[in-house]
Amino acid sequence: MMTTKYDSIIIGGGPAGLAAAIKAKELGLNVLLLENRDVLGGIPLQCLHPGFGLHYFKEDLTGTEFIYRFIDKFQKMGIEYFTNAHLTEIENISDTEKRIKVITSKGLQTFTAKTIIYATGARERHLYEIGVTGKRLPGIFTAGEAQTMMDVYGIMPGKEIVIVGSGDVGLIMARRFALEGATVKAVIELMPFPGGLTRNVVQCLDDFGIPLYLSHAVTRVEGDSTVEKVIISEVNERLEIKEGTEKEIKCDTVVVAAGLVPYIKILEKIGVVKDQATRGPIVNEYLETLIPGVFTAGNALVINDLVDHVVEQGELAAFGASEFVKNEGIPTRKWKRVFRGRNVRLLVPHYVSGENDVIIYARVSRPMNKVKVRFPEINKEVRLPVVKPAEMISIKLKKEEIQRAVDRITMEVLSNE
Amino acid sequence: MSNNEKRLMTCIVCPLGCELEVEIDENGNVVAVTGNTCPKGKDYAIQEVTAPKRVVMSVVYVKGSIFPTVSVKTNKPVLKSKIFDVMKEISNITLEAPVEIGQIIIKNVAGTDADIVTTRPAPKK
Repeated sequence: MMTTKYDSIIIGGGPAGLAAAIKAKELGLNVLLLENRDVLGGIPLQCLHPGFGLHYFKEDLTGTEFIYRFIDKFQKMGIEYFTNAHLTEIENISDTEKRIKVITSKGLQTFTAKTIIYATGARERHLYEIGVTGKRLPGIFTAGEAQTMMDVYGIMPGKEIVIVGSGDVGLIMARRFALEGATVKAVIELMPFPGGLTRNVVQCLDDFGIPLYLSHAVTRVEGDSTVEKVIISEVNERLEIKEGTEKEIKCDTVVVAAGLVPYIKILEKIGVVKDQATRGPIVNEYLETLIPGVFTAGNALVINDLVDHVVEQGELAAFGASEFVKNEGIPTRKWKRVFRGRNVRLLVPHYVSGENDVIIYARVSRPMNKVKVRFPEINKEVRLPVVKPAEMISIKLKKEEIQRAVDRITMEVLSNE
Repeated sequence: MSNNEKRLMTCIVCPLGCELEVEIDENGNVVAVTGNTCPKGKDYAIQEVTAPKRVVMSVVYVKGSIFPTVSVKTNKPVLKSKIFDVMKEISNITLEAPVEIGQIIIKNVAGTDADIVTTRPAPKK
């Protein structure tokens, strides 16, 4: 059997993968895209709310409208793809040859490519990861599962809902449940402040009179054969349970919105090095991992809050793949490491060269007003009115600026008052 | 001493989330807005006090498509007090595939002057 060797195989047909495939094709690469669900689009397919595309299209679109612009373009370009394709293995044969094994409706298939763009998104954290153990009762869903059921399949998971976690996903699902006639009994948040944007607290909770319990932890989910109640307690500043504050909330459904983790299991198997802060791979400015020819983008790289950043990363990874194919490898010989300084919890990319302008994506550890973001080694300073852990900061470094650094660049966020 | 009410609110126009203080006289008119860092914040505060509006989104069942539902939204913000009237009208509808993205399926929903438009296609099975 004759097999094609692709220039690039893209794993994942969500926003990062679709944007990468379109860009790679535009740059003249021979591309194959693999998606494990039965339709293209990824998570935005089930995001009915507006707020997508304000930067990329300068329009306020719903997640569904946003992603269909990419799906339509992708299909018009005639890019080769499979849905229902499950990647099982990547073999790193050489720097310029990767072989992958995929289960599709035709059985086990093998493909080879010069580069891989890994855009598999994130997985949701589950109850056991936030310290709630016990019976696995029916009626416990992750926020993403509940969203797929309601907003793709039109099925209500339950009537009386408790949401665990007040990140944007939890808040948005609280509103969806309330709109569809369920009673959202409570949103439980461990920290003393909400995890999501204030605008979502206002539009999703306050609008519907949904109570938000800050500084509270879920300690148990109880029930006989299905969920009947959750037990919560207050926590102190050190996030320890305060004795005697226990209370129960009756409900038939628990929705876990406890955050996302880059889903890179198969990359880890081939030895991609992980950043403990992002929990995604360590990458250079082309979004190439430490394994030559293996690129990554979107939530597999770092948890993003804007889809606009996700597609930006997809396009950048495609550019990286095209440079790789052209030069039989990324030609850069000397890298400068980007380090986290004060109040920077995470950042990507980790290595820059000075050969390209680079966007640094970063998150702070704690909220601050009136800050300066400093890169001392290159004398760059950017002022921002406010920074919050829930909001990614993106700052462009020009190549001339990066060239001023010898072998390292530090990013720090300081008060400007 | 004025009897004006002072109401605190968080601006939701952009992710900054400015804390606004709105002064309202006894006739319900906005006298002053403080705390905003742009003119949109002032407009938001006045709107929010006099007639708050939101975009509403949901799904509608579709027969004969690869998806059992199609997603929809109001094509402009509607009065907050009308949200559940809008949801009720949406819930009465079932469509037949194929449905295009951007199709108007209810005009002037619940008398709000907004239309319900689809935000996802539902191609035939």
